[in-house]
Amino acid sequence: MTNNQKQNNLSKEIVDFITECQSKENPSSYLIAVLHKVQDTYGYLSVEHLEEVSQRMQIPAAKVSGVASFYHFFNLKPRGKYIIQICKGTACHVKGADLIAEKLKEELGIEFGETTKDGLFTLEATRCLGTCALAPVIQIDGKVYPKVTPDQVPQILENYFPKK
Amino acid sequence: MKTVTIKIDGNSVTVAENLTIMQAAEEIGIHIPRLCYLENLSIEGACRVCIVEVKGAPAYVTSCSTKVVEGMEVTTNSPQIREARRDIVELILDNHPKDCQLCERDGNCELQNLAYTLGIRERLFEGKRKDFPIEDSSKSVVRVPEKCILCGRCVRVCHEVQGVYNLSQQSRGFNTIVTPAYQRHMDDSVCIQCGQCINACPTAALQEKRHTEQVFKALADPEMHVVVQTAPAIRAAIGEGFNFPPGTPCTGKMVTALKKLGFNAIFDTDFAADLTIVEEAHELMGRIQENKNLPLITSCSPGWINFMEKFYPELIPNASSCKSPMSMLSSLIKTHYAKKNGIDPKKIYVVSIMPCVAKKYEMDREELLLDGIKTTDAVLTTRELIWMIKSYGIEFSRLEDSDFDSPLGESTGASVIFGTTGGVMEAALRTAAHWITKKPVHEIEFKEVRAVEGLRELELTIDNITLNIGVANGLVNAKKLLNKVISGEKQFHVIEVMACPGGCIGGGGQPYPPKGYTILDKKLFAKRAEALYKIDQEKTIRVSHENPSIKALYKELLKEPGSDVAHHLLHTHYNTQTPRGVR
Repeated sequence: MTNNQKQNNLSKEIVDFITECQSKENPSSYLIAVLHKVQDTYGYLSVEHLEEVSQRMQIPAAKVSGVASFYHFFNLKPRGKYIIQICKGTACHVKGADLIAEKLKEELGIEFGETTKDGLFTLEATRCLGTCALAPVIQIDGKVYPKVTPDQVPQILENYFPKK
Repeated sequence: MKTVTIKIDGNSVTVAENLTIMQAAEEIGIHIPRLCYLENLSIEGACRVCIVEVKGAPAYVTSCSTKVVEGMEVTTNSPQIREARRDIVELILDNHPKDCQLCERDGNCELQNLAYTLGIRERLFEGKRKDFPIEDSSKSVVRVPEKCILCGRCVRVCHEVQGVYNLSQQSRGFNTIVTPAYQRHMDDSVCIQCGQCINACPTAALQEKRHTEQVFKALADPEMHVVVQTAPAIRAAIGEGFNFPPGTPCTGKMVTALKKLGFNAIFDTDFAADLTIVEEAHELMGRIQENKNLPLITSCSPGWINFMEKFYPELIPNASSCKSPMSMLSSLIKTHYAKKNGIDPKKIYVVSIMPCVAKKYEMDREELLLDGIKTTDAVLTTRELIWMIKSYGIEFSRLEDSDFDSPLGESTGASVIFGTTGGVMEAALRTAAHWITKKPVHEIEFKEVRAVEGLRELELTIDNITLNIGVANGLVNAKKLLNKVISGEKQFHVIEVMACPGGCIGGGGQPYPPKGYTILDKKLFAKRAEALYKIDQEKTIRVSHENPSIKALYKELLKEPGSDVAHHLLHTHYNTQTPRGVR
């Protein structure tokens, strides 16, 4: 993909924000703020978007890509409609989070950090969610499922499949 | 100048207040070990090898980044600090391949050398290895990321000296890797192939793409007529590979060594540099008369041409249409020389010895094909040639001098200075001055155009013509001139750009610095330049257009500068390239 000439993918809001940043002192220091906006809008940072940020902010692409790939909170791959987070905190671990993880991987056919082909689910491990009394828990788009057992997994996922 | 007095290893020393501990120690003859530090780049403080003890400080401090303070007491060599340093380097070695004997940098690797100097004799930690594949998509620069120690020197040279910023550290932690943007391949990046990253790398994580084996193969092929040409800057640096002091001109020995390697004809790129001057000075005069496409910007440096095509494509009309001297000579060898000697051009193998890795890219440019034939078949860097000579068992220092073959080996003083900053400009001015004044030129040297500091702007009047001249080496410096051209802030007539710091003498294919010199060392560049100026001064003919072989070539073949034949053989064109760089 050598083509970096397609430069009109970013939303007007983001383009306006970049223009605003360019008029400030040290415009390049707004790179992370701009990347946050891009991720908030599109869910992740695509190469096309990063390339456009690089050209619009006149920051070398290697730097933009270096920053985007350094910080944990930036996603470089598309994420699913629903984010499934398995708590890997101590309590959940002891209570069998690994078994639930295995079941989820099996049901979805993906590994941690990956997204299902239909774009519906992204599977992630997370640190302690602070609901240890309910261990083991999984969280889907902010909703916490308590005391999960592996055989409950298909049933939980069922709630998120599009209604036929 | 304000000074401070500090103690280093018990010795009182008074130094300038703005020095770092490392620099202060240097002043009293103590060289603190280091890896990521390079004098002419910004300070990174990444490797921690240069730590010292400072009395009262809670932890060891990095001497490269800590300034001296009045009354400071520094210890550079206690048993504890030596052990700490050794541990640091052992941890770097921890995930480094154990293949020194197979490695391109065996014998001149800074990491290897440092491990030895610090006394590391066993590897106590067996760390996880980095599992990154070799990336050799580029025609010039090969990345071997498993050997990378993340010192950041290549990243800094690419950004701070060349203004390219192609390389940076991507990802984090153990997965950190130095690559172009989006971890793409080098041939799909803004890389301009200058090879300064290779020079800056302390290990073999960045290397030139080697052409040595194919050259050995061609030399062994009885069917092949193998011709070699050598760039001006080679003779000024090749001696360093054989323990001659920097600045020793080794033209004659180099030619003898090439004969011993078995080349059938040995020509001088300098001849084509003279030819370039005649063509380019003619082009300049034409553009000035028509007031068109000014400034004229020189086109000898392929790193600069790549930079222009990716970063300043709007300046393409300003670049001289002259091929580089290498490609001019290769074109003549495969056409005129072949015809005159009754050799099938397909049976001629042209090898160019260059101080440059971008030439490895240039030789494959489609625009340079002549009737479908590639004119240069292999490009060897100075480093590769030194290796070949050693590998062949030739005792370079004992060689007699010999001369280049005629006629494509005859050259003037003007051509040899092409290898250093301002040299192309000076050579062009020598010829232009003659053409403008129509008189023999007395003042032959134009020392004012030698941009030893990286950048020079000047006004020069010859008779009634005043020329605005710009000279730059190192592309960060070139950017400053080019931005003025783009904005219209200043009207130049002619600009010389050499991509590498110091010009070709500091090229990406030149020998690693000998003992006592550092990478990007201006003192080393000055020595190499001195060698070229010495050769220039010793030449009887020092003006390109008076080269008798050039005159004969025009009479016999080219007719006049800028003729149709000249255009067919000696001129080219350029194209915008992607990805587009940020300037």
